[in-house]
Amino acid sequence: MARRAPSRPGHDEARPSRSAGAFRQPCQVRVTSQPATHAAGGAGLISAAPGPGGSKDGSALVVEHLAKRFGDRVAFDDVSFEVGYGEVFGFLGPNGAGKTTTVRTLGTLIAPSSGWAIVAGIPLGAKNGSAIRSRISMMPESPGLYLRLTVTENLQCFAGLYELGDVRGRIERALGAVNLEDRARDLCGSLSKGLRQRVALARALLSDPAVLFLDEPTSGLDPVATREVHELIASLRERGVTIFLTTHRLEEAERLCDRVAILNTTLRMIGRPGELREQLFRRSLDVRLRAPLDDPEAMFGAVPGIEGWERTPSSYTLTVSDPDLAAPALTRALVAAGADILSIAESRHSLEDVYLELIDEDVEARAR
Amino acid sequence: MSFSWTRVGAILHKELRDYRRNRFVIGTMAAVPVLFITLPTIQLIAANATGKNLSVRIGLSLLYMLVIPVTMPSVVCAYSVVGEREQGTLEPVLTTLIRREEFLIAKALAAFVPTLVIAYAVFGIFLAVAALFAHPVIVSAIYAGPHVLVQLLFTPLLAGWAIWVGIAVSTRSTDVRVAQQLSVLGSIPPLIIVALMSLNVITESIALAIGLATALLAFDLLAWRVVAGMFDRERLVIGRPG
Repeated sequence: MARRAPSRPGHDEARPSRSAGAFRQPCQVRVTSQPATHAAGGAGLISAAPGPGGSKDGSALVVEHLAKRFGDRVAFDDVSFEVGYGEVFGFLGPNGAGKTTTVRTLGTLIAPSSGWAIVAGIPLGAKNGSAIRSRISMMPESPGLYLRLTVTENLQCFAGLYELGDVRGRIERALGAVNLEDRARDLCGSLSKGLRQRVALARALLSDPAVLFLDEPTSGLDPVATREVHELIASLRERGVTIFLTTHRLEEAERLCDRVAILNTTLRMIGRPGELREQLFRRSLDVRLRAPLDDPEAMFGAVPGIEGWERTPSSYTLTVSDPDLAAPALTRALVAAGADILSIAESRHSLEDVYLELIDEDVEARAR
Repeated sequence: MSFSWTRVGAILHKELRDYRRNRFVIGTMAAVPVLFITLPTIQLIAANATGKNLSVRIGLSLLYMLVIPVTMPSVVCAYSVVGEREQGTLEPVLTTLIRREEFLIAKALAAFVPTLVIAYAVFGIFLAVAALFAHPVIVSAIYAGPHVLVQLLFTPLLAGWAIWVGIAVSTRSTDVRVAQQLSVLGSIPPLIIVALMSLNVITESIALAIGLATALLAFDLLAWRVVAGMFDRERLVIGRPG
């Protein structure tokens, strides 16, 4: 199966094709900040509405046309989305896309240049900084622990900063949530990177936040530590914690997030990973044969449901309206024609395919 | 949200724990007093009780004591904000409920308390050694006039100046080393006036000492507000004005 989808029509004129190609046109992909009910009618619109448990009235985050500029430089622009309570929302984008600045803005560390937002039910604004901070937690990319203090002492300090009661109980519960009870007396400087990340996560959980912002939580971690952090996020998700997760790791977003947004200064797409794939890529079948067909145009043109085809070095990729209908008909036609079939499978585009396609589009647009 | 001493206490405890476990800070806090007590003590014990410049010698010896509250906190305070920023520990703190005034007061107290304890302890040791080993005329000269009052009065006030200059520099710096150099330089000016008094260039009197102390106190109180105004979350997080 090809890792990336076939090239867009018009880009590969030497290849025989009668279809519009496997890609939908980028112009069909639009982002809307409106709830699902508004977006459903428009073909190609992708809902920015919250996922499970969320609604316009009860959203953990509502962001409308938010922008931040540093002088002439635009950090992010015209960003709109909603996140429901209990949702794990992935925020993806390349370096410099504005992910961290967005998180810092929503976390009241940076003032937006324009637009508005409601964070944990409170309008974003200078006067509401403390109120918002009392209902959220942020875990920056760097754990930011006091390395000469023990794990417990670090958490005690932050419990004091939130003026929390039952400090001992809260610390025990937070450490229990990240499986670190046995390292409570260790100096943070003696912990591995992965364990420090877990302590930072425990620190973020201390105040029972309504919304938890995790900025690149697995950055720089080895695979084992990464898996541990993934398991922790998954367990938080099961407990109903609303998580806003920025990440470079697309498999991480695909595995953990209910919905994802792709940011490249402006918001490029937003939706469930499956929706994004469907929006950007047409469904297709990957057909591998022992020998190439003599007349593929005649073969594929005769099978109902096949809308287009193209040849890749080791297989044929067929654009189909419904793989479940097209695959049996295709199999019968190939057998009847005497072709030796090695495999027929539906092409699966990953979130990475979606991401790379969008980023490539941006690169091409800037080049033009 | 009102000012909270709980949040001040959280940062203060953290700072004091951190100092205790930092060999560099402990080393500096131990070395500076040793350095500034040894020379004046020897000088005083070896001094000629009938010498013409006895008052100047005593003034010079006591001046060494006042270098302690200036140098000790300035290095620590220069690190207080920019150091945390470089270590990545500032951003998590800024995402909590702490107000800038609380953060700054906590940082200032964390430098002020050990400085005051050490500076007064060193002065006490100096007086004890002088009483035991110096000529009685010299001992009398130390206790006569405003010497002791100047020490007691100016030690906390000079520490306050050095602390606020250090924190102000640290708030606007992007490099710890630069912050420490500027902080030490910035803490010196009031010491010059005290030096001129100690060396009898300015005729010292109780009235002058109290007048200068009042001016320093006013500065220290004003500095807290000024530095709080300079403490901007956005600037501290992104390293430049937003």
